[in-house]
Amino acid sequence: MAKTRSIRWSLPTLLLAASANAAAMPLNMTKGVTEISQEVYSLHMLIFWICCVIGAVVFGIMFVSILLHRKSRGVQPAQFHESTKIEILWTAIPVVILIGMAIPASKTLIAMDDTSAADVTVQITGSQWKWHYKYLGSDLEYYSVLATPREQITNRFTKGENYLLEVDRPLVIPTGQKIRFLMTSDDVIHSWWVPAFAIKKDANPGFINEAWTRVDEPGVYRGQCAELCGKDHAYMPVVVVAKSPEDYAAWKLAEETRIAEAKAAEQELLAMNMDMDELMANGERTYIAYCAACHQPNGAGLPGIFPALAGSDLILNDKTAHIDIVLNGKSGTAMQAFGRQLSLKELASVLTYTRNAWGNDTGDAIQAADVYKVQQGEGE
Amino acid sequence: MSVVITEPNDHEQHDHDHDHHDHKPSGITRWLYTTNHKDIGTMYLVFALVMFFIGGTMAMVIRLELFQPGMQFVEPHFFNQMTTVHGLIMVFGAVMPAFTGLANWMIPMMIGAPDMALPRMNNWSFWILPFAFLILLLSLFMPGGGPSFGWTFYAPLSTTYSSDSTALFVFSVHIMGISSIMGAINVIVTIWNMRAPGMTWMKMPLFVWTWFITAFLLIMVMPVLAGVVTMVLTDKYFGTSFFDAAGGGDPVLFQHIFWFFGHPEVYIMILPAFGIVSAIIPTFARKKLFGYASMVYATASIAILSFLVWAHHMFTTGMPVFATLFFMYATMLIAVPTGVKVFNWVATMWRGAMTFEVPMMFALAFIVLFTIGGFSGLMLAITPADFQYHDTYFVVAHFHYVLVTGAIFSIVAAVYYWLPKWTGNMYDETLGQWHFWCSLISVNMLFFPMHFVGLAGMPRRIPDYALQFADFNAFISIGGFLFGLSQLIFVWVLIKCARGGVKATDQVWEGAEGLEWEVPSPAPYHTFETPPVIK
Repeated sequence: MAKTRSIRWSLPTLLLAASANAAAMPLNMTKGVTEISQEVYSLHMLIFWICCVIGAVVFGIMFVSILLHRKSRGVQPAQFHESTKIEILWTAIPVVILIGMAIPASKTLIAMDDTSAADVTVQITGSQWKWHYKYLGSDLEYYSVLATPREQITNRFTKGENYLLEVDRPLVIPTGQKIRFLMTSDDVIHSWWVPAFAIKKDANPGFINEAWTRVDEPGVYRGQCAELCGKDHAYMPVVVVAKSPEDYAAWKLAEETRIAEAKAAEQELLAMNMDMDELMANGERTYIAYCAACHQPNGAGLPGIFPALAGSDLILNDKTAHIDIVLNGKSGTAMQAFGRQLSLKELASVLTYTRNAWGNDTGDAIQAADVYKVQQGEGE
Repeated sequence: MSVVITEPNDHEQHDHDHDHHDHKPSGITRWLYTTNHKDIGTMYLVFALVMFFIGGTMAMVIRLELFQPGMQFVEPHFFNQMTTVHGLIMVFGAVMPAFTGLANWMIPMMIGAPDMALPRMNNWSFWILPFAFLILLLSLFMPGGGPSFGWTFYAPLSTTYSSDSTALFVFSVHIMGISSIMGAINVIVTIWNMRAPGMTWMKMPLFVWTWFITAFLLIMVMPVLAGVVTMVLTDKYFGTSFFDAAGGGDPVLFQHIFWFFGHPEVYIMILPAFGIVSAIIPTFARKKLFGYASMVYATASIAILSFLVWAHHMFTTGMPVFATLFFMYATMLIAVPTGVKVFNWVATMWRGAMTFEVPMMFALAFIVLFTIGGFSGLMLAITPADFQYHDTYFVVAHFHYVLVTGAIFSIVAAVYYWLPKWTGNMYDETLGQWHFWCSLISVNMLFFPMHFVGLAGMPRRIPDYALQFADFNAFISIGGFLFGLSQLIFVWVLIKCARGGVKATDQVWEGAEGLEWEVPSPAPYHTFETPPVIK
């Protein structure tokens, strides 16, 4: 990813840049990689060709009429203006075509609805602006966040191949097994969409929706949030990796081990003190990844919707409240409970960073143990 | 329909005197105090044109940002405000007031009435509109910005997670709703009570019929919209939980209520267009409209069906499969009466003697392009396929085909068609043809490629996109800028025509039939003070 000069705003440059960046775009709906997605594709093509034929006939007659029945050719207008027979005919024919279309569509729809007898169930939770995956019946759960660097979005770096369609940790599923997805949301409505599976299902806060798929081809499948969910709606991609059952099992074991190790490391961390430079450096990274979307990289927030952290009363005057709001969020606002999303180390770092950046000169270094104390405090 | 006016001669003199002393105040007070349907119609149309350009400017901002992947010109939060307010302004500020303006101008003249039935209410229903849009537009300058949750304002994005401009948004939508309801009541009362002797129901021009049915739709659904925005208001500010599961509510309930308004709203914006095209095609084909009665029945069927299909906007919300099947079948059924209309128009043209003045060109383009929008609508009805199309640019392409090349093309056609009657001057045909061809080419550059972008998987309402979509988006943006520029030709034509030109005859168009073509051009300030008698 080479750093490029900032883009100059002349029209030819814009045009050149646009075409240089582009990979070939498919012109049609994807056939996808599942039985259902193939059926959906066939339905799409069937209705498309029906429309084309009707269009060709109707527009054909219309253009013949435009060509032949023009005053400049000296024609006299005919007088007919009614025919019950014809009216009945062109009401009945479309009805028959539509019934022919409704039958296969209903079949596919009913098949899509059958989420029973799944081998693996994954709970998908949307929040502004990331996905969370939890494998039911296992400790395995994690957030999946956009991995495209900000510099690419702001055009300071050249955009990568999977610009805006890449995440830090994709959802991993085994091939050849029926996977059931349970969708819900922590805040606004999101919609989880993977075109290759023909799944698009809304994640509604407080409710659970279901969908299922069975993927036979190992591969990487990309999609996006499809329901407007606020400012960074464009920046919550979905990436699903389908692995063979063996690879999937190995991956799952490794992940579970990683999570267990991270928990153990966290306990060790409680006894350790990180120094200020390390906290600030880690904190800035975490801040940019998790906080800057709303509170902005300079901590100024967006007046009227996202409060400023620079010079914030709460940060400067109430350390415990500061730790608490980061851990537990604030209900009725977009502020999420980051206690679930970040490790103690990340929490301590980002708290330290926000207490000492942009002129917030509290001088406090928050350690993992401080965060842990507040976390346990409300458990009592 | 054979319409013959037998205007009593002894009243002629009186009419003329009246025209010369019609007591209208001059200057701004003429427009502020007017109860004249023609003045109010003109104000609605001018207002709609101004809103069309304001909403269009926002579309230009959107297309500018989407010209290239990456963020260049605006922030995502501002981008969302642009998509939201663009939608609100085009629906409530441009298309609906333009149709109301045409109704005001034409319905009394078409049914031989002297004015609208409730002229003071008519004045009020117009004059509250500018305030509604002023409030909406000024809310963009509040801290936190204007509405940014899409014109569909889905909860809880519009409640818990919205900025404080939401209160102004709700207030402004209330005012728009009141204005629409008053306008609709006026249309119904006028048509019901003020038809000239002999103007029976089945002799009414189709524009009058379609507006009559539209007005009922408006009265039925605008209160629903008022209800849902009020629920948004109380959820946000007064602690209710209509759309919040934590308090026993349901965010999907919002969508049911909104689309119960929203789907008939779609037909509110297209039925009058059907009426316009049904007036223009016979005139320029010099042949009576084919299947007048079936056109009336088809319009009524579409209106009734429009109440039974709202949830086809919500196939991905996780409705039970049987509800989904019902809404899929009902939606497919709407294609039948809509098809009947298109077939009737084509049959009207068949063996006519057509000429191709600007109104006819826009009406012909309407038939083809609206039908393309109808086809994509039929595709969207197929629920399993809708899971792939939903919330992508395919949907954006679909509703812009029915709204821009449908509703707006019909409005432009209507303006060209009746402009000589309004101003007494013919518009500049050459400029008009330039306007038509520039619009036709650019609008298809703008919206046709969106079908492909959507099928390839680009979601709507995003300010930034994956690289594969870059070329198409650049092309679409160029189409958008050209379409925007083409509309300046329209303004030029309008100004030129208002200032002078070749004098129009009373009938204006060789094949035109109907009461509005029996009065002089320009139409006198008061028409049909003595009702004509229709044989």
